[in-house]
Amino acid sequence: MEFFHKKTNFPFMATRRVWYTLSTVLMVVCFVSFAMRGLNFAIDFTGGIGIEASLGKPADIEQIRSAVIGAGYHEPLVTTLTTTRDVQIRLQATGENEKTEVLRPKFETLLKSVDPGAQITKLEVVGPQVGDELRNAAMVSLAMTLALIGLYIFFRFHTWRLSMGAILAVMHDPILVLGVFSITKTPFDLPVVAAVLAVIGYSLNDTVIVFDRIRENFEKNRRLPPEQTLDNAINQTLSRTIMTKVVTSIVVVTLLLLGGPALRGFSEALLIGIIAGTYSSIWISSAIALSCGLKAEHVFPPVHKDPIDELP
Amino acid sequence: MLEFARWKYILVSVVLLVALLFALPNVFGDDTALQIARKDRAVPAASELEQVEQVLKAHGVTYKRAYLDGANMMIRFADDAEQRKARDVVRDEKNGLTQQYVNAMMYASRAPSFLQALHLRAMPLGLDLRGGLYLLYQVDVDGAVDKLLQSYDQDIRRGLRADNITFNDISSLTVESNIPNGLRVQLPAGADTGAVRATLRRVIPDIACRDANVSGGAAVDCVLTPTQVTERRNFAITQNITTLRNRVNELGVSEPIVQRQGLDRIAVQLPGVQNSAEVKDKLGKVATLEFRLVDPRPIPASGRAPVGAKIYKRRLTGEPVMLKREVIATGDQLINATSSVGQQGPEVQITLNSAAGDEMLRTTRANVGKPMGTVFIEQRTEIVEINGEKTTRTIKDEQVINTATIQGVFGSRFQTTGLSSVEAQELAQLLRGGALSAPISIANEYVIGPTLGKENIRMGVTALVVGMIALFIFMIIYYQVFGIVADLVLLANVVLLTALLSMIGTALSLPGIAGIILTVGMAVDANVLIYERIREELRNGVSPQAAIRAGFDKAFSAILDSNITTLIAGVVLWVFGTGAIRGFAVVLSLGILTSMFTALLGSRALLTLMYGGKRKPTRLAIG
Repeated sequence: MEFFHKKTNFPFMATRRVWYTLSTVLMVVCFVSFAMRGLNFAIDFTGGIGIEASLGKPADIEQIRSAVIGAGYHEPLVTTLTTTRDVQIRLQATGENEKTEVLRPKFETLLKSVDPGAQITKLEVVGPQVGDELRNAAMVSLAMTLALIGLYIFFRFHTWRLSMGAILAVMHDPILVLGVFSITKTPFDLPVVAAVLAVIGYSLNDTVIVFDRIRENFEKNRRLPPEQTLDNAINQTLSRTIMTKVVTSIVVVTLLLLGGPALRGFSEALLIGIIAGTYSSIWISSAIALSCGLKAEHVFPPVHKDPIDELP
Repeated sequence: MLEFARWKYILVSVVLLVALLFALPNVFGDDTALQIARKDRAVPAASELEQVEQVLKAHGVTYKRAYLDGANMMIRFADDAEQRKARDVVRDEKNGLTQQYVNAMMYASRAPSFLQALHLRAMPLGLDLRGGLYLLYQVDVDGAVDKLLQSYDQDIRRGLRADNITFNDISSLTVESNIPNGLRVQLPAGADTGAVRATLRRVIPDIACRDANVSGGAAVDCVLTPTQVTERRNFAITQNITTLRNRVNELGVSEPIVQRQGLDRIAVQLPGVQNSAEVKDKLGKVATLEFRLVDPRPIPASGRAPVGAKIYKRRLTGEPVMLKREVIATGDQLINATSSVGQQGPEVQITLNSAAGDEMLRTTRANVGKPMGTVFIEQRTEIVEINGEKTTRTIKDEQVINTATIQGVFGSRFQTTGLSSVEAQELAQLLRGGALSAPISIANEYVIGPTLGKENIRMGVTALVVGMIALFIFMIIYYQVFGIVADLVLLANVVLLTALLSMIGTALSLPGIAGIILTVGMAVDANVLIYERIREELRNGVSPQAAIRAGFDKAFSAILDSNITTLIAGVVLWVFGTGAIRGFAVVLSLGILTSMFTALLGSRALLTLMYGGKRKPTRLAIG
């Protein structure tokens, strides 16, 4: 079986203004959302109390909410998890000494008053200091990954025009992931940070493959207009770009469907990142290099010749 | 004809065989078990095992198997509820097993004995997969620096007195630092600071001391260097880890983990533990003893202690007692402590190390007939809000538990009384476990119920299996025979990754399972790169064998590149991440390495075997 049996010949470069506009609009929407809505940081980052419980009957969110407020907590966040019988309650700590041994019996009675079959499955107390530190660590690791990968790209491609294309594509994908998280108010927890970092590393894959092919094509035919060379490279690698993402998506989708609530955000971030990465490596990264004026002479042919090319 | 060096075949087969062996223990899973050993570490007789079995049966505990394993009696259970029930039975004094035996809960592998004999172990499971208590302790490292200064304070006082140098007082000093990091020895006007410095060089040789300018007198300042402060902080952490580990071991919990996290934190993971109150109380307690001579001077009515003395309250009665400032010995200098009931009620038998023993000998020899006091010190930390800022405050509770007349000369072995029997037992346990060199407070904690743990592992494994099966089917449909090769290689990759993870022994957590799933996806990725390249070459009219060779050679740089960037992300995550996230980073990074190995070497070996013969294939079954 083969999805891309015929040689494709899509004019990716000719339509680049459309994709630039699309990406710009998406980026603006993301940044506006960051400014207006921010990210819905989970208690990993804000500090506070997190309680997960399984109930005997489908949850009455409002009733639980009012019961928690009745116990003296402000603005509790009550949501259901995988099933309507599993609830999560997030609270800001009120007292000085909120400890699990105090909270557990307190919430057990509270939940049992709403639903006699309720049982606490997880109880977490994060100190505010730890939350701040984790947020800093997350920011530092994001910045570090971007910087190191930027450095790698800088040395990897022989011209800044390609580097620029790769770096913008690499920035593009995590911003989109964070943007979707901001717009949908999906809880942003530690595993999501891990997923975003993996996305940064992974989204570059296809760009590198396309750029490799661009170099190869320039080498083969230096007279062809750059626009045509780039289009050819993307078309030739199209099946690889899409197939590699399809296989990874298969497992990420299973993880999203079957991995349970604890990994929901993680797999969502990965899936969005994979889609964004495929999009940016097909429509954005090469186009940017072209807009920066990429020509054959910028990609000097390497001195050595591949031994394969000498075969009859 | 395709070539693939013979040593590469051998390498691939040997690596896979070894990996298979290391990964094998994971297949069998484990039982919850109770390990019972004699306190004297002697090998128990078969009759003793029978006795234990009878006690368990009498209390309605069902178990799978009971047997002797070296010096331990092992009892295996079907689930953790029975295990806990058995533990409670064995620990109940009424059942007569507590005097002679110690016990610990554990997970016993179901793997056959030859694997266990080779010390091959399955990956331990993280808390999110097993349920249990997680505690993140914040260590008050500055408190440790303060404690060091206090001990120097005493050494200086003792040294100056021994050299007959008069001094007014010793106060703490803060020099270019945000915490007190030095001491000032205040001297009368016109004192010989040179002689003082000579004494200081002798008693505290590590610290630089200089004359200081003070109005109306002379003074010598001794200040710790920033390196010394850092060293002290690090020491406090490592020493606290040791102590916490000892205390955790006394709890008898299965597979506990105590590890440093960041600069001043210690993470404690206790699988299976649900009652946090009792555990936290036992782990976080800072209690120790100090022995000081009673100051014979009358206690001033003002309640302010004169120079060289300190006023305490007596335990229970609360009446004031004045003790001398110098400490003869403290709880951290002790080798062993046991509790027993003596003629004067419950007592703690103490054995000191030789330095403290010498000091005790010297003091008692010079002070026979004079009273000595034992101070019981308990510390706890509280988080308080001051002007909106949250800070930790240490509350130190010091009480004199007894004062007794020194009847005769003694050294490193003696006993102290004045506690209730429960207190004496607890104190002995605490002293044995070692003192915490710096106070700790809880920064983060969570309890995961055992059902949630089981649910998590079930969901993680289901996602892994379903994802892999979906991938297998897809690859076979899309790439036919080559798809089967990719699937075999993928299996090899999972085996290799499991073997590596079991070897390094990092606990597997839910994000770790996610990492394995992601690795599976990315490992196929490399195969897809190669196969698509082979197809492309075939389309260009290249012969099948040349297409395979070109596919591998030309895809190599793309595979390397794409893996390097993901590896960068993995390493950054490992450096900055903690706990489960670090577990994910380990899996991700190792997974990249194993997938490169299997895709580049493993799949090439297979394809060369299949298509590389002298009889050239006319077509490839690549779909």
